[in-house]
Amino acid sequence: MEASFYAAKGRYPGILGWIFATDHKRIGLLYLMSTLSFFFIGVLLGLTLRLELMRSGMHLYSAQTYNAIFTLHGVIMIFFFIIPGIPASLGNFIMPLQLGAPDVAFPKINILSWWLFMTGALLAITSLFTGGGAPDTGWTFYIPYSVRTGTNISLAVFGVFLIGLSSTLTGMNFLTTIHRLRAPGMTWKRLPLFTWAIYATGWVQLLATPVLAITLLLIIIERFMGVGFFDPAKGGDPILFQHMFWIYSHPAVYIMIIPAMGVISDIIPVFARKTIFGYAAIAVSSLAIAFFGYLVWGHHMFTSGMSDTARIIFSLLTFLVAVPSGVKVFNWVASMYRGSIKVDAPFLYALGFIFLFSIGGLTGLAQGALSTDLHIHGTYFIVGHFHYVIFGGAVFGMFAGLHYWYPKMFGRMYEEHLAKLAFVVLFIGFNVLYFPMFISGYLGMPRRYYDYLPEFNGPNLVSTIGSWILAMGLFILFYNLFHSLIAGKKASSNPWGGATLEWQTTSPPPHENFDKTPEVTKGPYTYH
Amino acid sequence: MEQKQALHIVGTKTFVVVWAILIFLTALTIEVAELQLAKLSMIANLLIASAKAILVLWFFMHLKYESTFFKLLLLIPIGTITIIIGLTFSDIWYR
Amino acid sequence: MPLWQGNPLELLHTRLNRCPTSSSSKCIYYIISISDSGLTITMTEISPTPHKSIDYTGAKLGMWLFLFTEIILFGGMFLGYSEYRQVNTSDFHDAAKEMSLFFGALNTIILLTSSLTMALSISAIKQGAKVRSMLLQATTIILGAAFLGNKFIEWREHILHGFYPDSPELLTMSHGKILYFGLYYVMTGIHGLHVLIGMGVICFMFVLTQLNKVSSTDYIKLENTGLFWHLVDIIWIYLFPLFYLIK
Repeated sequence: MEASFYAAKGRYPGILGWIFATDHKRIGLLYLMSTLSFFFIGVLLGLTLRLELMRSGMHLYSAQTYNAIFTLHGVIMIFFFIIPGIPASLGNFIMPLQLGAPDVAFPKINILSWWLFMTGALLAITSLFTGGGAPDTGWTFYIPYSVRTGTNISLAVFGVFLIGLSSTLTGMNFLTTIHRLRAPGMTWKRLPLFTWAIYATGWVQLLATPVLAITLLLIIIERFMGVGFFDPAKGGDPILFQHMFWIYSHPAVYIMIIPAMGVISDIIPVFARKTIFGYAAIAVSSLAIAFFGYLVWGHHMFTSGMSDTARIIFSLLTFLVAVPSGVKVFNWVASMYRGSIKVDAPFLYALGFIFLFSIGGLTGLAQGALSTDLHIHGTYFIVGHFHYVIFGGAVFGMFAGLHYWYPKMFGRMYEEHLAKLAFVVLFIGFNVLYFPMFISGYLGMPRRYYDYLPEFNGPNLVSTIGSWILAMGLFILFYNLFHSLIAGKKASSNPWGGATLEWQTTSPPPHENFDKTPEVTKGPYTYH
Repeated sequence: MEQKQALHIVGTKTFVVVWAILIFLTALTIEVAELQLAKLSMIANLLIASAKAILVLWFFMHLKYESTFFKLLLLIPIGTITIIIGLTFSDIWYR
Repeated sequence: MPLWQGNPLELLHTRLNRCPTSSSSKCIYYIISISDSGLTITMTEISPTPHKSIDYTGAKLGMWLFLFTEIILFGGMFLGYSEYRQVNTSDFHDAAKEMSLFFGALNTIILLTSSLTMALSISAIKQGAKVRSMLLQATTIILGAAFLGNKFIEWREHILHGFYPDSPELLTMSHGKILYFGLYYVMTGIHGLHVLIGMGVICFMFVLTQLNKVSSTDYIKLENTGLFWHLVDIIWIYLFPLFYLIK
């Protein structure tokens, strides 16, 4: 039996063996460690924002600093954490194993993607300390302010450009891998749903990110050369910027959520000891979400000055995109019906996902309806919505996946009681923090303001307290995961009794993944 | 996963003929522009450009000799661009 | 006097290092040993330093997927062009009069011909005609340089006439004209950057061909380079009528 991949001797010793790794498992862990570090920084920034917002009239720091902090919070959470997120970390580690493959199609491009990611992140962080200081435009870099502000936009935006390139190459790599490196007998109909999700996401990464690339380049060109693309004084159209920005950034949210849904689809059958309900529908719904996701970007622009025709069309299309998501939720619940359920931590986080994502999704419909959106656009209602879908959805999905595949990646088990405690504290903190935002938003509290009218004091104080409870939950969660790296019980190859291929090799796997190329004869969720 | 590299070699003659057609189409498109038919010229010229692009794709880029899978794949970026420009114009045309 | 003396394993070792690196060929060595009991000839088939065999179709698929991203990248710029042309149709026609049809047409022909030489260089290497392939690759690079040279001349002319982004001269013109030139510089600029990158990659292929790392049994790198080059040609095929033929 080969030693685990941690012990494998490659071309380079020690830490260089990681920085120059071409093993998808090592690269997945590199992404995991770096994205979690950025998440941690993003959380600190969020807590700092909540301190300022604790009470009306509070002046912990200047308005300029506040603008920089919420910009940074968004940029870091979105570009440095959740977009690489599940695909780059769990996708990299687990997807080739689920295919029965020895690695991805292009291992060298895989590590290049990570180098691009780290370079981009470091450049963007450098922008805090050079030139005009930290960007203060919000993560959306809207024209005209992003061209006129003296802060260090160009460097930050170029950093994000590199991260985008990293994401594009990863998508290309994963698509080729899934097309070409499936083990014998692994037909498309036998792919685990997590891999189907990574596949659908790959198409979004591939086709949407280049639009972000050109949009960001145009900001830099505009700042340096004043071409006039988006400047009305020169005939340009600021709304065109918003179109180009959201043509990427809406599909981007599907890059965030589709993999998380894939994690849930893999976890539920295992912990219900029952095959998934409607395998084909769930697989197709991942592709459908990816496709429809391209058609709805205008719902971020209902108050921008777009034509009425466009607003009506985008509103209609937005309602369509909810349908495949609904299909998934129904199928997950149906899968649990009459199952033999074991509520371990991965399943608990999956349940949390379903509940929180549903709230987020339903509030999304309120925003997708043109008439209601005109009232709640730019308010805290939106902030509540996207934290429910991105944090309650994608991030809880990532936590579910982390717990589920923890034994496979690290060869040890985390402590189950601590994981459950973390979940409870996290879940309570999350709802206390974000639910009041629907109320204050509905009552008219605008977002991205560093202060607010006293009438909004109540929900804001509750939110800030919720942020502390949430932070505690996160602390317990990560303390458990890190502590168990050294103190956890050794894990067997298949502690959960899963039927997908990653569980048919050791925990952790050897360098080449499998002693012998697996031959697949049945589907991924058969438990007899 | 070893693959025998597809040894289909396109002959020099085919390539040169394609090149000659491309040059001819370039001359044609200049002529059409000279006719100054405004919108009609523009549509005609975009069609000619597309014909040239298809020739380059089909022969120079070997798409003719690839599997149906590769041929169908190309519809994806074309579809994406169409959607992007089309939906944006639902705004621009009606402002 | 023996024909050869020494450690047969050492000889094998040096032979292995000069094995062709293509995965589809193997080295077959005969080890001849003469001892008191007679002549022994052993035939051994050895694969050179084991490395992953290339998935030819997979490498090609990866390259096509990458090309899709380039199509979308330029697509974003074409989106801008479509909007501004739609809104400023007559000003665009007016601005296009500043373009030199001669240079535009010449560059189109140069790039089309470079696509021809690129395609021929791949056919050549498939047939094992290494020198012919290298000559054709070099020709492609030279044609690319000619394209960029022409672009330089064109840009210089325009800049000397005061037509460059944010110039005082340009700012007195109509919105359509300002946007036309903005789009012109950005689109042909980013396109030119891709021509330059393509030339660099072909240079690299030229060296690899010389070193037999690109050969009749392993030419996917050159083929993928060709795919990139042809896409750059296709983008110019669209840029030409949109900027030069709308008078």
